[in-house]
Amino acid sequence: MSKKIWIVLQQREGKLHRMSREAIAAGQQLASALGGTASAVLLSSDGAVAGDVLAYQLDEVLTASDAALADYTPGGYVGALGPAIGAEAPDYVLFPHTYQSVDYVPRLAQETGAALVPEAVSFEVSGEEVIWKRPVLTGKLQARVRVKGGGTVLATIQSGAFPADSAAAGSTQARSLTVGELVVDREILGVEQAGEDEVDLTKADIIVGVGRGVGGPEKLGPVEELARLIGGDIGASRPVIDNGWLPRDRQIGSSGQTVAPKLYLAVGISGAIQHQVGMKGSSCVVAINKDKTAPIFNIAKYGVIGDLHEIVPAINEVLAESQD
Amino acid sequence: MRIAVCIKQVPDVEERLEIADDGKWLDENEMKFVINESDQYALEEGLALAEKTGGEVVVLSLGPDRVQDALRKALALGASRAVHLADDAFDGGDAHATARALAAAIGREEFDLVLTGAQSDDAGYGSTGSMVAGMLGWPHAWLVMGFEVEDGGGSAKVTREMESGMNELFRVALPAVIEVQAGLNHPRYASLKGIMQAKRKPIDRPAPADLGLTGEDVGAAGSRLEILDVAFPESGAGAQLIEGDPAVAARTLIEKLRTEARVL
Ligand SMILES: Cc1cc2nc3c(=O)[nH]c(=O)nc-3n(C[C@@H](O)[C@H](O)[C@H](O)COP(=O)(O)OP(=O)(O)OC[C@H]3O[C@@H](n4cnc5c(N)ncnc54)[C@H](O)[C@@H]3O)c2cc1C
Ligand SMILES: Cc1cc2nc3c(=O)[nH]c(=O)nc-3n(C[C@H](O)[C@H](O)[C@H](O)COP(=O)(O)OP(=O)(O)OC[C@H]3O[C@@H](n4cnc5c(N)ncnc54)[C@H](O)[C@@H]3O)c2cc1C
Repeated sequence: MSKKIWIVLQQREGKLHRMSREAIAAGQQLASALGGTASAVLLSSDGAVAGDVLAYQLDEVLTASDAALADYTPGGYVGALGPAIGAEAPDYVLFPHTYQSVDYVPRLAQETGAALVPEAVSFEVSGEEVIWKRPVLTGKLQARVRVKGGGTVLATIQSGAFPADSAAAGSTQARSLTVGELVVDREILGVEQAGEDEVDLTKADIIVGVGRGVGGPEKLGPVEELARLIGGDIGASRPVIDNGWLPRDRQIGSSGQTVAPKLYLAVGISGAIQHQVGMKGSSCVVAINKDKTAPIFNIAKYGVIGDLHEIVPAINEVLAESQD
Repeated sequence: MRIAVCIKQVPDVEERLEIADDGKWLDENEMKFVINESDQYALEEGLALAEKTGGEVVVLSLGPDRVQDALRKALALGASRAVHLADDAFDGGDAHATARALAAAIGREEFDLVLTGAQSDDAGYGSTGSMVAGMLGWPHAWLVMGFEVEDGGGSAKVTREMESGMNELFRVALPAVIEVQAGLNHPRYASLKGIMQAKRKPIDRPAPADLGLTGEDVGAAGSRLEILDVAFPESGAGAQLIEGDPAVAARTLIEKLRTEARVL
């Protein structure tokens, strides 16, 4: 039986989210591995199809439109997608693993009785069975999981796992889905900046990224000295900010700033995906970490393995020599 | 307000991780456990709100006997009672099966609000709270960076994190499940008095049947996802690794950054 795969795209003001394109790539690859078709699904207030969606190799572009979908709400999205999944029974429905998807897809799974594979980074197909890989222990390990039982499987696709430019081009047609009565469960009040953005790290040439491994605010001295000697700015992983060791405008990652310096020194940072998405565009990544298995070494050009409290002062000494 | 807080006990991320012999999960021997990071913030949020409104916090956790330590800690911080879903039948469940057990335990009582963390630091599905909400028929909000109860407890104004340093603001009706992100408050420390009092606070240990469930609904039997195995990611594939004496390693690194990568 030919498998039916849907890819629910996220768009904002008529523009596709970057991770939507990655999800299209994932859906096309799943369709070809399983033998089946991939279609895109777009939710909106007016049925508009974002720019170039019709120029991908897709079976169809399905649109669900309703005035209640003007702003994203879980009630609206689950109310629009749930009955459509029930009526058309896709085998797999893929979503970009964005903060919006994670907000409503578990609820969609719960309401439709579908299985859910969150944060997939790859899949292998053997016969009819799909085995998914996903990070566990904040990326320190990867698990292989499989779905038990039949019915629709929902999966959210993590950033960076399927390159957007590997999505195949083609041409396709739009078809509208029937949307019933929607119950909006949130009164939308607006958006705001999360903190005072006083520090702009996006233009920095060199960044010293501080992680939880540094161990406390009283131990930041040598790392700050390193930043000064090397002519860089200080950035940080989320726990450093959450614990109040550094202010929020230093946070790098999916919730913070996205940086691409020519040199990024990750000091005591394990390299969780949410951190990586904010810094993997750096030209040269150096990781200083005592744990050889830390995922940060995957994207590092150079790795120094050992205790940062010994290594950072030693680097400072070498840098200070050449400044004399 | 009557507030339920779901806390999960997870391996201490600072620990060296060892994979169990069957390859399916971690080797729990000699491992230290802590309350999941975002759950610590959820608990603080609940305790502060209960103090402000003159209510109480009930903590719930699903997991084996070791989980008692996490519950005692929450009781020492100020929760008034605990529910421990400790029956073997609850073991090895996915987010769905775990949510089913938690929702049934929550549904036995009247709560005005349920708080959970946004995501566990071990399995990390980020799903359990939203599924609990679905089962209770309540609204939910995931990745919450702050909220204010309004309208005499009838609704809450929620600040939810979006990507790239932006927040989204909206209002939901209560009761609801609010799934909080780490960093929204400063979790308190337990006092000696709190630790003493915690010893006398009750921990209820219902079996599935006490919640109107069977062993088929929960744990591995009630799950749709099966973990086949876990492994360390292929690490250091492209990285040149520099090991050994810190002074020598430092000199080697700077030399390479200057002459090989030419970034200094
Ligand atoms: C030996 C072992 C075997 C396992 N086998 C499987 C398996 O085969 N398949 C599988 O999918 N998973 C398995 N798990 C993972 C299971 O522990 C997960 O708890 C479950 O899937 C819940 O999802 P999560 O941890 O991703 O929570 P998330 O959805 O990320 O958690 C969000 C929030 O929900 C609350 N919460 C989650 N879990 C609990 C809990 N137990 N008690 C109280 N509150 C909670 C917390 O507030 C948490 O912050 C196994 C775990 C162990 C230890
Ligand atoms: C929705 C969501 C959004 C998120 N957004 C972000 C984000 O924007 N940015 C972000 O960074 N994270 C984010 N996170 C958190 C992310 O998942 C990780 O938990 C976090 O990045 C881990 O930070 P860390 O590497 O500093 O800490 P850990 O993972 O605890 O790593 C510490 C590292 O330090 C090493 N270490 C310890 N001591 C020493 C020593 N003495 N010498 C050398 N090395 C040492 C350890 O080996 C370890 O590798 C988000 C999570 C979620 C769920």
